Amino acid sequence: MASVGSVEPGARSELTVVEDAVCTFCGCVCDDIDLTVENNHITQAQRACVLGKAWFLNHAIDDRPSCLIDGQPAGLEDGYQRAAEILTGGKYPIVYGLSDSPCEAQRVAVSIVDWIDGTIDTTTSVCHGPSGMAFQGVGEVTCTLGEVANRGDFIMFWGSNPAESHPRHFTKYSLMPKGMFVPNGRKDRTCVIVDVRKTKSAKAADIFLQIKPRKDFEALWTLRALAKGIELDARQVESETGIELSVWQDLMDRMKAAKFGVIFFGMGLTMTRGKHANSEALLALTRDLNAYTRFTAKPNRGHGNVTGADNVVAWRTGYPFGVNHNRGYPRFNPGEYTTSDTLARGEADCGMMIACDPMANFSQPAREHLASIPYIALDSKETPTTRAATVAFTVATYGINAPGTVYRMDDVPIPLRPAFKSPHPSDFEVLSNIETRVKAIRGVRS
Amino acid sequence: MTEMFILIPGRTSDQGCGISEGKFQEKYQKQITSLQVAPGDMERLALAEGDWVRLTTEFGQQVEVAVTAAKKDELPEGLLFIAYGDISSRLMGGDTHGSGMPTSKGIDVELEVLRSETA
Ligand code: SF4
Repeated sequence: MASVGSVEPGARSELTVVEDAVCTFCGCVCDDIDLTVENNHITQAQRACVLGKAWFLNHAIDDRPSCLIDGQPAGLEDGYQRAAEILTGGKYPIVYGLSDSPCEAQRVAVSIVDWIDGTIDTTTSVCHGPSGMAFQGVGEVTCTLGEVANRGDFIMFWGSNPAESHPRHFTKYSLMPKGMFVPNGRKDRTCVIVDVRKTKSAKAADIFLQIKPRKDFEALWTLRALAKGIELDARQVESETGIELSVWQDLMDRMKAAKFGVIFFGMGLTMTRGKHANSEALLALTRDLNAYTRFTAKPNRGHGNVTGADNVVAWRTGYPFGVNHNRGYPRFNPGEYTTSDTLARGEADCGMMIACDPMANFSQPAREHLASIPYIALDSKETPTTRAATVAFTVATYGINAPGTVYRMDDVPIPLRPAFKSPHPSDFEVLSNIETRVKAIRGVRS
Repeated sequence: MTEMFILIPGRTSDQGCGISEGKFQEKYQKQITSLQVAPGDMERLALAEGDWVRLTTEFGQQVEVAVTAAKKDELPEGLLFIAYGDISSRLMGGDTHGSGMPTSKGIDVELEVLRSETA
């Protein structure tokens, strides 16, 4: 049993250990981290990787006001009221982000959007949104990471670099674990990595294939054709993909011979030419292979609760991201209601950015438009987005200070075990207070 | 001198750690403002560590950035790499081609050698 200690701000210093804490930095959501906490500061994070350690050790209490209005310190009540006025005062309000908030807060954000007839979108739209579109087209043959650890004997990474983005992926889930049907761990698995550059992950591969940039679609359809036994022109395949046909044939033979194959795919597929057509080709290839053996595919999700955002928005509205409520019912259309577009086209006239940083990560036209409209920002750290916000809330860090539920990248919900309390409110508290005021302005009785 | 390249923005572990340390801190800023160039391309363009180049996209987005040599065979010639951040985002177009996702990897860029910063 873990000893979960919490230290009230200003209380006598003490040392506590939180066992099996949850790291929410990346989609692996490792739930086996032992934290040592001294004076509201995590001093050790056992079993965390380099990214996890940086996450835990750099989230002490931020000495900033919990609320800023127009860059000036303000009371929380004033901040909630101003936020509600901004969101109800526009014709095209947008709410965006959510991938670093717990599900409980995401749920309130969707409610707010419903009250204001607004548009809700998550950072999924600029990571695996194209895969979300592909799921709707061809479906998803899927599994949990536990099944990968216990059964996976053929593990492929396509356009994904877990050595730098998900450092414990190999050791905890996909390559090293000794599982029920792979008792010798790494020795019982074949690892294939496909990428346009020799990433740090390539060292872990038995087979590394460096394909031509922007030719993922062609490479995946080559494999689809080989899976069906269709004859291909060797010269054309090599000139299109950069890899000899015989190498692709050998790969396909190995894929068919696997007992339990898994393809993890990353933004190398979704962010490049082809986008959702690339993800669709990969998911269709996975489906095709099930005529011969068991094969599954999983997007390697980045942020700690981006998978939760897809789930919560889907079960509240019927769609996973890019959902507009302007007609009083939800409509889904990537490219129209997604935030990169509503901003770059200058359509949104107010917004709320929750645990995301579009002022650093969006295109220049989108950033310029966001800077020109009133918006609210929630973040545990200062970012370019919080700096330019009309109302900025400093929030407690989920998983470290605030409780809740997050979904691991394989859609498994995991409860958080916070280490110490923060003087700042949680996302859930801020959003709940804004929702109360939005309802009051809209004349809805609580 | 100008030459066409394909730019691949992506994650690095230092960039990831830098996000937690703070986006205005040195580690993050250094990561997102260093353009990795294949050693062969560095030599052919007579580029030294820390030299400045200007990148221009087909839609006219432009940035100036300092270069660093990529490790051994991590990057094939003709490809450039930079950690996701302000500079890579400036080179993305606003159009998402009906997908919600701007083309953020595999961007055609014209590289012009400047040697030193002009801004
Ligand atoms: S792999 Fe991801 S979730 Fe696990 S400790 Fe590292 S950063 Fe945290």
